Amino acid sequence: MVGFVFVSHSQKLAEGVAELASLMAPDVKLIPAGGAEDGRPGTSMEKILAAVSEADASDGVLILADLGSSVMTAQMAAEMLERDDVELIDCPLVEGAVAGAAAAAGGLGREAVKAALEKSWLARKC
Amino acid sequence: MTDSRKVMEIIEKISYRIEEEKDYLTMLDQPIGDSDHGINLARGFGAVREKLPTLAGKDIGTILKTTGMTLVSTVGGASGPLYGSAYMKAGMAMAGKQEMSLQDFLAMMKVFVEAVQQRGKAVAEEATMLDAMIPSLAAMEEAAAQGETPGAVLDAGVKAAWAGVEHTKDLVATKGRASYVGERGLGHPDPGATSYSYMLEVVRDSCA
Repeated sequence: MVGFVFVSHSQKLAEGVAELASLMAPDVKLIPAGGAEDGRPGTSMEKILAAVSEADASDGVLILADLGSSVMTAQMAAEMLERDDVELIDCPLVEGAVAGAAAAAGGLGREAVKAALEKSWLARKC
Repeated sequence: MTDSRKVMEIIEKISYRIEEEKDYLTMLDQPIGDSDHGINLARGFGAVREKLPTLAGKDIGTILKTTGMTLVSTVGGASGPLYGSAYMKAGMAMAGKQEMSLQDFLAMMKVFVEAVQQRGKAVAEEATMLDAMIPSLAAMEEAAAQGETPGAVLDAGVKAAWAGVEHTKDLVATKGRASYVGERGLGHPDPGATSYSYMLEVVRDSCA
């Protein structure tokens, strides 16, 4: 099953995204990696790398990020790991997290889950 | 122009300079960002300074690469992956070398600036650190092409970098957190362009 890592400049936001996504996917690995090492606003490479190994089940890990340093640090983490099955996905954080977790919980493979994440761009509010 | 021992000295001096300017850099980040540039960068370079003793005798590439990796894992804000990538790529350009000529330095700085462009997906005129980096690199390349001494080349680079910092006051940011502030960012110099100018100033003062 695909696992997810949620990266945000805010620890609470990353935890909240994981909480929200887990409502639809209790068995999917949804690991928050928000905030700096000490929990203050920021992004931590160590936290992201640890979250990736925690989320790593059997079908790779997709990383979702919010903005700025989260995106760049997540990108560097994915590059450092040099694995085809660990990548940063360009999509809205909340909508993508929910769509991706639901797709993974439905038993879809990584490519199909990525298609669901891409589709999350289309989620207009009104 | 310099050698691995002096590169370590320069990095140590940069770390103290950033520490000195920490509050000013953070103040610059208040109107346009999230007020953390100075604090983050000082924390990162503080961690680099602690690592320096373990790098004694190592080649310039290793010293720069370790500096970059330390910045990536300790800065916590956008300047971590930006400067981190830049120092890491600079390290790759200097891999295995104990000495650095002016030509090596210019080739390294080209890679340094390109790394920031790639990581931040930014170009010139977006009110970022690149608005100090790009003109300073061009000025240094031009001065070197005219046969100037390393000291004069670096001085041209520093002057162009500070002119670039001034220019960021007239630019509306389209990248990074400052892009959310839009036109309210006008009149404020970019903190990243400023921190880069401090770094280049330290290099100049150490190599003059």
